[in-house]
Amino acid sequence: MSALCEIRGLSATYRGHPVPALTNIDLDIHAGERLAIIGESGSGKSTLARTIAGLLPAGARVRGEMRWSVGQAPLPGRDMGFVFQDPSASLNPVLTIGEQVAEGARRHLGLTWKAADQRALDMLERVRVPDPAKVLKAFPHQLSGGQRQRVAIAAALAASPGILIADEATSALDMIVQAEIVSLLDELVREAGMTLVFITHDVALASGFADRVAIFRGGELVEAGPVGAVLSVPENIYTKTLLASHRDLSTPPLIRETAT
Amino acid sequence: MMLLDIADLSRRFSSGGRDVAALSDVSLTLAPGETLGLAGASGSGKSTLARILLRLIPADGGTIHFEGKDWLTLSGAELRRRRAKMQMVFQDILGAFNPRATVASVLDDPLRIHEIVPKAERPGEIAALLERVGLPASYATRSIREVSGGQRQRIAIARAIATRPSLIVLDEAVSALDVSIRGKILELLVELQQERGIAYLFVSHDLAVLRAVSHRIAVMQAGRLVEIGTASQVIENPQSSAARALIAAVPRLVTGLPERHYYDV
Repeated sequence: MSALCEIRGLSATYRGHPVPALTNIDLDIHAGERLAIIGESGSGKSTLARTIAGLLPAGARVRGEMRWSVGQAPLPGRDMGFVFQDPSASLNPVLTIGEQVAEGARRHLGLTWKAADQRALDMLERVRVPDPAKVLKAFPHQLSGGQRQRVAIAAALAASPGILIADEATSALDMIVQAEIVSLLDELVREAGMTLVFITHDVALASGFADRVAIFRGGELVEAGPVGAVLSVPENIYTKTLLASHRDLSTPPLIRETAT
Repeated sequence: MMLLDIADLSRRFSSGGRDVAALSDVSLTLAPGETLGLAGASGSGKSTLARILLRLIPADGGTIHFEGKDWLTLSGAELRRRRAKMQMVFQDILGAFNPRATVASVLDDPLRIHEIVPKAERPGEIAALLERVGLPASYATRSIREVSGGQRQRIAIARAIATRPSLIVLDEAVSALDVSIRGKILELLVELQQERGIAYLFVSHDLAVLRAVSHRIAVMQAGRLVEIGTASQVIENPQSSAARALIAAVPRLVTGLPERHYYDV
């Protein structure tokens, strides 16, 4: 796979913070891959996402390089879509779902409102929102959290971007909805041959569908590589700790069930 | 005798002109020193149950007996007095505290209000509580906003155990924490239970968390209790579609080659 973006020596510091949130990162994003950026609170994973997306707040200092294979940085909205943790914060509460999904298509694909509305309806169908024609006219508050996140995905993909960045896109959802949304993202990205950068604190969630993983801690890249290699033979002690603290249904319980 | 006996609890809400049964005839019991995991998807009614139990909202029907008393009919001084025995820890740990509070004042309140120890002994009790939840006694003077999320959850637990409760309701109490901290908080809860015989009603949508600490697990769906059994029964041999869906949704760590369709439920 060719590198879509070569990140070299990237550091980012927020205004008023003495310590950089991201320190000297070297990482390649390959075209068409699903790259999982994994880390705990304060690891720098969201800062990396914001830096790639050009969404750092005013006054943040960025050093180092991001070399895009096409020569210039992708245009947010057109070449790069975003899905965040809180869909209520990414949707405008006073615009209908239809307007918000259609907006990207109209602006970046040069469609008329009529054609963009049709595009929005198609997108809502693709993200499997029930009763898409009705949802088109609904407002964000009328939908559940899971439906709102489906709508946010539809809006992010409306202009057919080549890259999708999902920052903790399923963390605020319950487990069942999380599984549905991950499955949906996986399917949409595969169908469209998109590059997915999936930011998560959940190593198990990423292990189910990522091609490569990059483990972050305290603003530094700890380890990166193919998911099978990094998770089955981790080189770094922190990666090992992270894997050891994972708990699923096969992990022995902390208590003994009382004999009943 | 059962510590907690919930019988036929019901609650309806009207939402957008529709009448929704948030809770329909839910019955369950909890023994002293036992952990019951209450699992369910969003909107299954598990938080409504917890809120009625904590007397934050009233029930439409049904009864709750706690420590042998008819809990939903208690009021005034008697309710205040008995509330010491039922405490709570929530997910949103910053939202659960006065943001201007110091750690000491957070722990001093329950000790004072419920007259747990005389005034002169309160600083010593606060130090002991902090140490018990794994924090240095010197933390007492810090602002609640200065401490990390995991430390704040330890303080919430210290506040909950300050009144020497027999039951603590934990509503998604570890969901917002990093995995490494989550495990340590779960271990602390188990230690406190073994040491003090506290029962837990642990509400979560994450079966992996419930599996770690629960003796029994109850599964809710659309306001109804659809399954209840020992933790291993429910996890290993689920009987309801709701339990099966929750089990399928727990991410498994895949350390071999990635399986593409792993998450298709």
